[in-house]
Amino acid sequence: MLLRHTSKEVKVREGLTINPAKTCQPIGAMYAALGIHGCLPHSHGSQGCCSYHRSTLTRHYKEPVMAATSSFTEGASVFGGQANLLAAIDTIFAVYEPDIIAVHSTCLSETIGDDLQQMTKKAKDDGKIPEGKYVIYASTPSFIGSHVTGYANMVTGMATQFAESTGVKKSQFNIIAGWMEPSDMREIKRLAKVMGINIVLFPDTSDVLDAPQTGKHVFYPKGGTTVDELKSSGDSIASLALGSVSAEPAAIALEKKCKVPFETLDIPIGLSATDRFIMAISKVAGVTVPEEVTADRGRLVDIMCDMEQYLHGKKVALFGDPDQLLPLTEFLLDLSMKPVHIVSGTPGQRFEKQMRQLLDERSPETNFKSGLQADMFLLHQWMKNEPVDLLIGNTYGKYMARDEDIPFIRFGFPILDRIGHSYFPNIGYGGSLRLLEKILNAIMDRQDRDALEEKFELVM
Amino acid sequence: MEANKIIPDPAQVREELIHKYPAKVAKKRSKSIVINDPETIPEVQANVRTVPGIITQRGCCYAGCKGVVLGPTRDIVNIVHGPIGCSFYAWLTRRNQTKPETLMDANYIPYCFSTDMQEENIVFGGEKKLKIAIQEAYDLFHPKSIAIFSTCPVGLIGDDVHAAAREMKEKFGDCNVFGFSCEGYRGVSQSAGHHIANNGVFKHMVGRDNTPSEGKFKLNLLGEYNIGGDAFEIERIFEKVGITLVASFSGNSTVGAIENSHTADLNVILCHRSINYMGDMMETKYGIPWMKINFVGAESTAKSLRKIGEYFGDEELKARIEAVIAEEAPKVKAVINEIMPRTKGKTAMLFVGGSRAHHYQDLFTELGMTTVAAGYEFAHRDDYEGRDVLPGIKVDADSKNIEELKIVADPEFYNPRKTEAELEALKEKGLEINGYEGMMKQMTKKSLVVDDLSHYESEKLIEIYKPDIFCAGIKEKYVVQKMGIPLKQLHSYDYGGPYTGFEGAINFYKDIDRMVNNPVWKLIKAPWETAGNGKGAGLAASYVTQ
Ligand code: SF4
Ligand code: SF4
Repeated sequence: MLLRHTSKEVKVREGLTINPAKTCQPIGAMYAALGIHGCLPHSHGSQGCCSYHRSTLTRHYKEPVMAATSSFTEGASVFGGQANLLAAIDTIFAVYEPDIIAVHSTCLSETIGDDLQQMTKKAKDDGKIPEGKYVIYASTPSFIGSHVTGYANMVTGMATQFAESTGVKKSQFNIIAGWMEPSDMREIKRLAKVMGINIVLFPDTSDVLDAPQTGKHVFYPKGGTTVDELKSSGDSIASLALGSVSAEPAAIALEKKCKVPFETLDIPIGLSATDRFIMAISKVAGVTVPEEVTADRGRLVDIMCDMEQYLHGKKVALFGDPDQLLPLTEFLLDLSMKPVHIVSGTPGQRFEKQMRQLLDERSPETNFKSGLQADMFLLHQWMKNEPVDLLIGNTYGKYMARDEDIPFIRFGFPILDRIGHSYFPNIGYGGSLRLLEKILNAIMDRQDRDALEEKFELVM
Repeated sequence: MEANKIIPDPAQVREELIHKYPAKVAKKRSKSIVINDPETIPEVQANVRTVPGIITQRGCCYAGCKGVVLGPTRDIVNIVHGPIGCSFYAWLTRRNQTKPETLMDANYIPYCFSTDMQEENIVFGGEKKLKIAIQEAYDLFHPKSIAIFSTCPVGLIGDDVHAAAREMKEKFGDCNVFGFSCEGYRGVSQSAGHHIANNGVFKHMVGRDNTPSEGKFKLNLLGEYNIGGDAFEIERIFEKVGITLVASFSGNSTVGAIENSHTADLNVILCHRSINYMGDMMETKYGIPWMKINFVGAESTAKSLRKIGEYFGDEELKARIEAVIAEEAPKVKAVINEIMPRTKGKTAMLFVGGSRAHHYQDLFTELGMTTVAAGYEFAHRDDYEGRDVLPGIKVDADSKNIEELKIVADPEFYNPRKTEAELEALKEKGLEINGYEGMMKQMTKKSLVVDDLSHYESEKLIEIYKPDIFCAGIKEKYVVQKMGIPLKQLHSYDYGGPYTGFEGAINFYKDIDRMVNNPVWKLIKAPWETAGNGKGAGLAASYVTQ
């Protein structure tokens, strides 16, 4: 047993988090910043955070993840990090030549009260930012929220610090990507094209964190939302924010700053969420949904009809981030499966409410907890009390899956031990079909493995 | 096989590496980039601050303390006091394998414990939450030990983790609770954390169990962390030759073994950087000498075993060591003979850690490969130039706050294992006791040594030298591979290993052969890119029937 100390008996904890189902803000900010073209993320704090965040993103993507750090020492921690940040800006523009430096704070710089707005302004006033180059920032204290919050804060920073309204509307829409994979962002762009609308997608990590092998390391890969696109987002007709936790704050900021109206949707994972996404585009842009999309939808529903016997009533435990969990849970319910245990370390009243509402309507007995102590230890204990047929979550789930001998699907962040998430989308009808295929494979492989010899089926 | 490469002029290379830096940065970096001469070893600037903005390989003090030294001991509950991230990232990412003896034995390594500090804890202090967390860990698991690790905010808001630990330890009575002030901003890299960890382990663990250990030839293995099962291979060899391993610091280790470690008669040190403090302190307090050994490389393993045999001075032991070497060596040789024609003459670069950049050169030498450039991520001058330079190293502002424990001989348990005369005699035989000659002595003349290599410098080095393989860590892995050059991770071994001992050497040879000779490196260019895209002369078709 790997997790041999996890007992069945659930005790309330108030101080100790065990096996967290979340991590800290800056990694989200770093990930988001990589979705701007020509941008070098910068971690304002001690070296450790930056090293950990780069390492984790690198393991997840198996790609270069570049970011710099203010390399605080004890002195900086006591006297403030301004000198370190200004020195860093100098070094970075001279050596790594980005178009943009996206600075995020860490626990350390937040605790000592470093003010990034004031410091980046000083850098500008001191002439440390070369003509045509930018330094943007986001405050990302890890003692609030989670990695998802950090992502949202950096995306909000993009909106507030780049978007401009010229007074002349452009015939384009903003799609603000909630935390999703490069593959998903690529799929969003494809869907927009198929639907016939012009979009500014931000952030956009496709062609950054899935760069091809060419024999050359391109420090700033060709992908990423450009500064011009970000600026023009203030002139867009409307914004669609995909994810109430990770994307909506940016949409709100953009509405405030440039009066771009917005609508918040779920990340289009699964049938219903994709339906709403397609309907929203159709409505807001006044376009008819093309036959191609309807056919894609039809293929997904077709498999849902044909394979329902393998799905119905199967119990699922899942953990991850709010904006994924919500549509994923809905999808599982659409598949006639039973999501029996759900945890997310990311706190948030809005998410809590939305999830409760969904569960109250369609699966009132589900165990659900989010925020503090909503961790994998608790999830595992629940699973020991009410066993499940399938576990869905990030790589850390494999320890529970092995101990309990449960089929496991990797979904979410981070995935450290498999590839695929950055290349094949999980969103839209096609992506949902892929997700469904994975679910079916996991369940049917298990049925094959466990079947008695006389019950072993050729055709399923 | 490629012919021996022409090695570029290192002095010119050095200029190339720094010319793009702002003047002040260039000046600072130039002192960390030196051209080696094993006869008169030049001074390398090491263990100094990284320039802000430089993309560095380095991590933090907490990583060195919790991640490196304390992490591998399986039956301690390690609670990270701080916001969630620090604990999350150090969760199972280091590959320190462990093997509990029975299914019932404690093993907390697959777990991640954190106080998950919230804003109110930062504002009003987090000690109360910490104590609740310790209590909950105790109630849930009843571990032998609970260790507390402070992350950056903790030191700044003034939480006293040591007081909290003392209070809880007294309260429980049967659980050893102790804390580490290993905030990430201390020192300039992981190295500060090693020192702090050594101090804490020495103060709170070593010497708590005075039961005499059994065995004739008893030693502790220091600075071995069982990455990829390295310790398992060393344990196998020790068992074969009849050496008793009392405690390992800290791969595959237990609290009990460490508490009893002062009953051993020798400390052998693998990673000098991370654990030399422990060797010195145990020598002073208990009279146990330490010896630098190296189990990375088949020849180094044989050499190290012979040194241990010589130290104990027992003919039977020496004979057994020779027998084991004679038994293992042919298997190693057979693999080398098979692989060598494909690796000979190739070049390697190693930029990693605090000892691996040195030790792994032995394996490359065994493959007939040359190390053209090497450097550490968080080492000190003594790891480069040898311990002789220690008296000359100035303690700067970043190191001076790291506590140096004042150790004196233990009135009861100090027992010098060797007399002065015996030590002298061992020295005559070429056995260096309490010494380490560093990496540069072993490297060729004109090879390049760079401390705390930056991303920019690594790309330049690769452009100039075009090495056949580059060794570093996860952050560098895919950058270098994008340049068409295989990168061997020497922190995680790319999830392979073990690489120690005889079996480990064989694993390494095979892995390097596989990597440098992999057909994929020749498949990077699409055929149309080399053929002149679109410039073909139509279909060169012919009919089968013709
Ligand atoms: S939780 Fe805070 S201190 Fe820890 S890694 Fe994240 S930002 Fe750094
Ligand atoms: S530098 Fe500080 S905050 Fe960052 S990982 Fe290290 S201990 Fe945690």
